[in-house]
This record gives sequence, C-alpha cells and structure tokens, in this order.
Amino acid sequence: MTQIISSYILLPLIITLIAPFAIWYFRKNINLRESASFIAGAATFLSVLYLVPKVLDGTIYTYTLFTILPGITVSFAADGLALIFALVASFLWMFATSYNIGYMRSLNEHAQTRYYICFAVAIFGAMGVAFSSNIFTLYLFYEIITVFTYPLVAHHQDKEAYRGARKYLVYLMGTSKLFLLPAMIMTYVLCGTLDFHLGDMVTGIFPEDAPTHWVVVTYILYIAGLAKAAIMPLHNWLPSAMVAPTPVSALLHAVAVVKAGVFSICRIILSGFGLETMDTYYLGLPTAYLAAFTIITASIIALTKDDLKARLAYSTVSQLSYVVLGVALLTPLAVAGGTMHIAHHAFSKITLFFAAGAIYVATHHKKISMMSGFGRKMPWTFGAFGIAALSMIGVPPVAGFASKWYLITGAMGAGQIVIVFALMASTVLNAAYFGPIIYKAFFEKPAPGIDINDYSEAPRTMVIPLCITAAISIILGVYPQIFYQFIAVLGS
Amino acid sequence: MNSSWPVLSTLIFFPLVASVLLVFVRKDLAVRQVSLAVAFIEILLALPLLKFKLGHADFQFVELHQWIPHWNINYHLGVDGISFLMILLTVFLLPFCVLCSWSYIGQRIKEFHICMMLMTSACIGVFVALDFVLFYIFWEIMLIPMFLLIAVWGGPERKYASLKFFIYTLAGSTLLLVAIVAFYVAGGTFSIPELIAQDFSFKFQAWTFLAMALAFAIKVPMFPFHTWLPAAHVQAPTAGSVLLASVLLKMGTYGFIRFCLSMTPEASVYFAPLMIGISIASIIYGGLVALGQNDMKKLIAYSSVAHMGFVTLGIFVLNVRGLEGAVIQMINHGITTGALFMLVGAIYERSHSREIKDNMGIAKFLPAYIFFFGLFSLSSLAFPGTNSFVGEALVLIGAFEHSLIIGLLAVPGALLAAAYMLRLLQKLAYGEPVVEKAKEWKDLNFREWAYLLPLGVLVLYIGLAPTLALKTMTASIEKVLGYIENNEVVTDNERQDLSSFLEQRQLSLKDQNEESEAD
Repeated sequence: MTQIISSYILLPLIITLIAPFAIWYFRKNINLRESASFIAGAATFLSVLYLVPKVLDGTIYTYTLFTILPGITVSFAADGLALIFALVASFLWMFATSYNIGYMRSLNEHAQTRYYICFAVAIFGAMGVAFSSNIFTLYLFYEIITVFTYPLVAHHQDKEAYRGARKYLVYLMGTSKLFLLPAMIMTYVLCGTLDFHLGDMVTGIFPEDAPTHWVVVTYILYIAGLAKAAIMPLHNWLPSAMVAPTPVSALLHAVAVVKAGVFSICRIILSGFGLETMDTYYLGLPTAYLAAFTIITASIIALTKDDLKARLAYSTVSQLSYVVLGVALLTPLAVAGGTMHIAHHAFSKITLFFAAGAIYVATHHKKISMMSGFGRKMPWTFGAFGIAALSMIGVPPVAGFASKWYLITGAMGAGQIVIVFALMASTVLNAAYFGPIIYKAFFEKPAPGIDINDYSEAPRTMVIPLCITAAISIILGVYPQIFYQFIAVLGS
Repeated sequence: MNSSWPVLSTLIFFPLVASVLLVFVRKDLAVRQVSLAVAFIEILLALPLLKFKLGHADFQFVELHQWIPHWNINYHLGVDGISFLMILLTVFLLPFCVLCSWSYIGQRIKEFHICMMLMTSACIGVFVALDFVLFYIFWEIMLIPMFLLIAVWGGPERKYASLKFFIYTLAGSTLLLVAIVAFYVAGGTFSIPELIAQDFSFKFQAWTFLAMALAFAIKVPMFPFHTWLPAAHVQAPTAGSVLLASVLLKMGTYGFIRFCLSMTPEASVYFAPLMIGISIASIIYGGLVALGQNDMKKLIAYSSVAHMGFVTLGIFVLNVRGLEGAVIQMINHGITTGALFMLVGAIYERSHSREIKDNMGIAKFLPAYIFFFGLFSLSSLAFPGTNSFVGEALVLIGAFEHSLIIGLLAVPGALLAAAYMLRLLQKLAYGEPVVEKAKEWKDLNFREWAYLLPLGVLVLYIGLAPTLALKTMTASIEKVLGYIENNEVVTDNERQDLSSFLEQRQLSLKDQNEESEAD
C-alpha cells in the first residue's frame, strides 16, 4: 500500500467549485448555463476516472490543503471507498443535468439559475465528503451539503416547501451540531488527531488505552450525528424533503446527500474506529440490529404510501440501512456488500426517481392509484422503472441482487441468522410495494376519469437518462466486480 | 528597556492629535475624508508592530517612563501575544467604522468622528497599559465617547440606553478601582508585571478576584449582568455597535486573562467552577433569547452574550486549548459580529427599520447583500471553515479536556447559534417579501463592498489558516497558565480515571506541536 502526495486529487473539487461560478456567469443564456453544468459533470467524472488505475493498484492519493491545528487539517485522500462514492456522484451528475433540463423547462420552474448553482455546490460537497481524509474535512463538506441543499428543498417557496425544508434543516443541522461536533471534538481529545487511518479497515485511530465509556459515547454520537444516513429514528427529514423538485430528490435524496451520510458512517467505522475497535467494544452488532430494524420498519411504512415519491423515499430509508448493516456486520464479505450497495442502489434509485419525475411531467400525477394503465403509453419510462424495482427487490441479474448476495453471505458468515431473516423479509416487502406499481401500470384499466390517450412519454432529455441508468443497473448486476474491485483494495 | 520608535505611544496619541485637527475642518465631506485618511495612517503606523517576535512570552515594544514618582506610577506600555491581536483588530476596524457611518450619520458629523478617534485611542491604551493606574485611566476615558456615541447619535431610546450603559460600567469600574488600591497597598506597586510576579495570600486573592471579576463580568457581559448590552446595541449607531461589540466587550475578557488569571491564580482556580457555570448559563440564555427576537440588532446583541460565554468558558477551563480558543474567539467575534452590525446598518439605511419582518425576502433584489449576510451568519454559527469554528472548536476541545460533562453541557449552545442565525437568514433571504419597497433598493455600493470584502476574506483566512494567529499567542498563554499550574486542584472524581490518560495525550499533542514547529 503506497501513498502518493499529489495535488491532482484536487482537480474534481476545483471543477465542481468553479462550476457554480460558471453557471452564474452564463445566467443570461440558458443554453450556455446548462452546457456549463453538463460539461462540469463530464469533466468531474473524467478527472475522477483518471485516479482509478493507480488506486486499483493499491495506491492512495493524498493531499493536505490547509492546516488548522496540528492534527486538524483540510486534506484529501483517494482510496477505493472514496472512489466508489466519487465515481457514482460525478457520473450521475451528468445524467441529472440532462434530466434537469427536461424537467425544469417543461414545468417552467422559477429561479433556475439559483437551482443549478445550488445543485453544483451540493455535488462539490459530495466530492469533498468522498475525498476527505480526516473527520474535520468530512464535517466541513457534510455541512456545505446541508446548507446548499436547503434552497433546493425549499425551491417551490410555498408553505409546504418551507415546512419540509425547515424540518430538513432542523434534522440535519441539529444532529450535526448536537452530536457530530462533540463526537469530533471528543475524538480529537482522545486521539490527538482527526486523520483517518487509511490503507486497511482493521486498525482505527483510537488508542487502546482510551477509556471505554468515552469511546462508546463518541461512537453513539457519530451514529446519531450523521443523520443524512436516515437511520431510524432520525429518518423523518427524508420524506419531508420530497417537497423538492424531482431531480433534486433523484440525485440528492437518492444519491449525493443520503450517500454522503452512509458513506460517512462507513468511513468512520472502517477508517476511524477500525473493525478491531468496533469488535473490542461490541459496537457492531447493536448497529446492525438498528439497521435491520430500520430496513423492516421503513419497508412497512412504504407499503402504506400512495404518493409515489413518498413510497420511494421510505424505500430509500430502508435501502440505506443495507449499507450500514453491511459495514456493521464487520465481516469482509458483508462490508463489501454494504459498500457496493452505495453504487448499486444509486443507479437503481435514481432511475426510479427519474421515472417518477417523468411521469409527473407527462401526466401531472403523483398518486400510485391513478397510474393504472400508464405503462402502455409510457413503455420506456415504466420499463426502466420495472428494471430498477427488480434491483431494489434483489432479483438477479440486476445490481441489487449482487450486493444482497454479499450481504446475506456475510451475515451467514457472522452467524447472524436474525439479520439473514431480516434481509429476506425485506425482499418480500420490497416486492410487495414495488410489484403493484408495475402491475397496475401495465395490466390494469385506467382509473375512472382518466383518459390515457392524453398522455405520452416525457421529453427525450428525461427519458434517455433514465433508460441509460436502468441499463447500467443491469450491467452492474452482471459484472458486480466493477465496484467490488474498489473494495478489494481497501485491505483487511 | 525602551524600543527605538515608540510604536504604541504613536498608536495611542495619533488619533488624539487627529481629533484636535478635525476641529478645524469645516465641510462635512472633508471631515469624513480626513477621518478616513487618519484611519489608514493609523494602520500604517501599526505596521512596525509586525516585527512582533513570535514565540516570545514576554512583553514587547515596551515603553517605560516615570510619571508620578511619588506614587510610583509610571507610563508603562507593552504588548504580549494576548493583546497583540486585539490592537491589530482595533486599528483594522477603524476605517471600516468610518466607512459604514459615511451616510448613516447625518448630523454633528465632526463631533461623531472626534468621538470615534477618542474611542480608538482609549481602546488601544487599555490593551497596552502595563501600569494599573494608566490602565484605569484609559478604561474610564473610553466610557465617555461611547456614552456620547449612544446618547447623541442613538435611536429613539438613546437616553435610557446610554445611561444604563454608563451606570452599569461605572459600577463595575469602582470595584476595579478598589481592587487596584488593594493591590497597591499589598504589593507596593502599580506595575502590572511586578504584581503578576508577586504571591498574595489566598484570602486577599479571593476578594480581589471577586472585585475584578464583577467589573469584567459586567463588561463582557456575563449572564446576570448583561441587560445593558441589548439596550446599548439597539440604540447605538452602527459604528458605535461595531466598536462596542468588537472592541469594548473584549476588554472584559482581556481583563480576566491579564489580571484575574495572572495576579490571582489560586482564586481563579477556586472560582473556576462558578465562572464556568455562569459562562454556560450565558451561552444557553443568550442563545435562547436570541431565538425569540424580532429586531435584528437585538438578535445579534444577544448572540454576542452567547459568543462571549464561549470566550469566558474557554478562559476558565484553564488549559492551553481553551485559552487559545478564547483569545482567537475574541478576535473572531470582533470580525463577525462587527460585520453583522455593519450589514444591519446597511439594510437600515434602505428600509429604515431593523425589524426582521420589514426586511424579509430580499435575496432577489440584493443578492450581494445576502451573500455577505450568509457568509457572516455562517461564521457566527461556527460553520466549519470559517473563523468562529476554529475558536469554538478550540474552546470545546478545552472544555472536553477539562471534563466530559462540561463539554457536553456547552454543545447545545452551538446548536442554538445555528438555530437563531439560520432563522434570521432564512427570513431575510426567503420570507414573504415587502415587494413594493424592496424593488427600489439598490444592492451594495462600492463603499459597502470596501468594508465587507476585507472582513469576509479575514473570516475565511482565519478559518482555514489560523496557525499564524495561534502562534502569536501560544507562548504568552502558556506563561499565564504557568501561574495557574501549581494551583490546579482536581475536584471532580469522574475525572480521575481520565486525567492520567489525558495527560499522556496532552504530552503527545505537545510533541506534535514541537515537531510541526520544527518543520
């Protein structure tokens, strides 16, 4: 395992930092403005891609930008885990931009420049979280995401939007100030540094002679403080955030923001505490049970929702806990399954949200009960929706199956039969809440008062991205090693 | 030892001379231009201070002249790491105070600027005086121009506010005077360095500590003595509020470090739990009250109470991290709160109201204004990457090192800061706009950019690279803690198992410090 100090790692961050200014500069010409967004997405993805070969050879890129205090720096590192998140976020940003163009223009939304700027800054935050090599940098970018997604959630600027956005901010800012900040400071007091231990997952940064109750309290504060991961009972902000325009729900509340949360939890567990410390203090199993509880409960709540986006939101809450569960099981296979799911879930869930947005743009319907028969008029959209739903359920050969396979094998390896049953129950529940949507869309008669001949597919800038992401979901299911190789270099 | 060029005396007396010159200037515009020029020359005059030797704990740029030999009173000035940054801040803020009053002050312009010059002289004097009598003289002089600033150029209730300010502070000062006389009787000198070097009996220390602490607590202000502050802030003109928040409040905390910790170390340790309790009360109380305010200036005034609570908390946890955090938070609060008051002043010039509801929903019309308001609000709520985060994190590190419970008690204060600042920012940026009026408002003009931009840069600079600022103070802080060290008493049983462990950690931290310095 070699570490290279290279300022190249800053490139994705610089591009995403410049992008908002470029968007602002071109605010008068909407075509140039959207091109700036798209080019920034492509450039970011390519710059992240450039890091891949060496990282797969076991290299870790690092770079320190500022030193705040000894042990507290703004510094970045690219290892396998970082690249999973960075690749997914930057790659999907391109699709989201294309989709954004269709969505925002069709609905004639207001304040589009502000919207694109905040979108770009949120991706900047996600990149920063992905590449952070210490807890301070992670916290910095985590908070940037919180602040700059607020205008996106409150985009409609009506009462409902403000209510949802306030809840969003109270949950995310409140938990990070109340729990994450003291957790970080306690870590600093105990360890004298906030730098992650990169290179292997086993060793952490906590000294062996640290008082037990401090370490345990710190760990609990971290899990509570990273509310973006939407572990129950701190999940409630996610359904409220669905007041945002659908592309925001798609990229941010299915990919960037929530994944920043679960990614941070993975980072803290794998590189902060290390599997050894987690095992010594018996922290893994309670976390795994909490995650399993979230998986089941959120799925049950999803069953009761008729609003498509609300159902998807609870499905997200449930699926995010797969990641946490995998990492908390502390066995190599389960960790692989959990971290892979960051990518696999991202591609499938963004397809689902894209489809929900496309349905809304084409038909202005949000309720599942009104969508009967739509599949015949929107075959591409609902076809992609179906594939992504299969991935959520965990049917081979779609992406979700691969990560679930690793998770179940890992849970078996850890001897946790209860967890295995929870995962199986979740499969059934997923089928129960996704199945009817697809069945209704293709095989049921339209709801009374709805003439499906009025409807057709949404604009192409929306349908093409969602078909591509659905196709990628299948590719990832057939070739799960695409993301597995990044986890393999983490070392155990 | 007298340094070759009396930098400190020049800094004190140049604004005084300038204020005399201002008397002869006739035209309003000329008064403003001359004041601005004076402010910039003052900054130039402060440049020799940059020769300040880092890593030296002793007083530098010392000037020592006999004044009243009979009483052993000397004209004794000097700067150490704790006061150095405060002087820079005072000097640096002066041109911005002139700029933000450019169109705000419409009457008695000459007198206004003379008052500001006098204030600056007195403030610098307070921070550099090394003779107790000299210190007290500057401490009292400062009251008069501040009183006038509020009483003449203030809002509708200026009489009440200025009197309340005057009476509170004067009451505190009388106790300070008693303490000074007591020190003279017991120690036989007014020289601050000599008094610091002496040992006093615990009983004497306890009484003098209480007398001084009350004076400083009123100035800071700490929780039960804070009521003069919101009144004074709301009524004062913008520049008055800026000076009050940025410089005057710091004299209280400066006094705690310079006098209480250094001269009465045993009493400081003994009373530390009480002071920590009051600090936490200030943090929580200030935050809660700020949450309920509808007047922007009042909100920021109460946020000052909370922020200064963090400073006093950092002082009385009595460790390096805490004190570093306290001193740097003094600077940060000066920059951030000063800038927020300037912003409130700027919007007041447009809407003629400080009520939140009259200034809602202006992001569309004043994007640059909201950008700066957002930046300084984030700084105020200690957003990572901004200056206040460094200060607050250091104070919290100090508090957690002191005790887990105290650390956890202080954390809700950080949450409250986020709550009241974001509430304000949300309403200003988004609330239901007062469209018909707001449309006509102009965004920031050149003059406003000129005073907001440097402060904004400073917010990010200290936030991302505070090492230089910390280096100036660390040596002096360690010296102050040296007086305390022998008197450290472990009272908390829960700390026992941690203390040995943390001591090891502390050592390893220090090693790292040395290594990084060696690099």
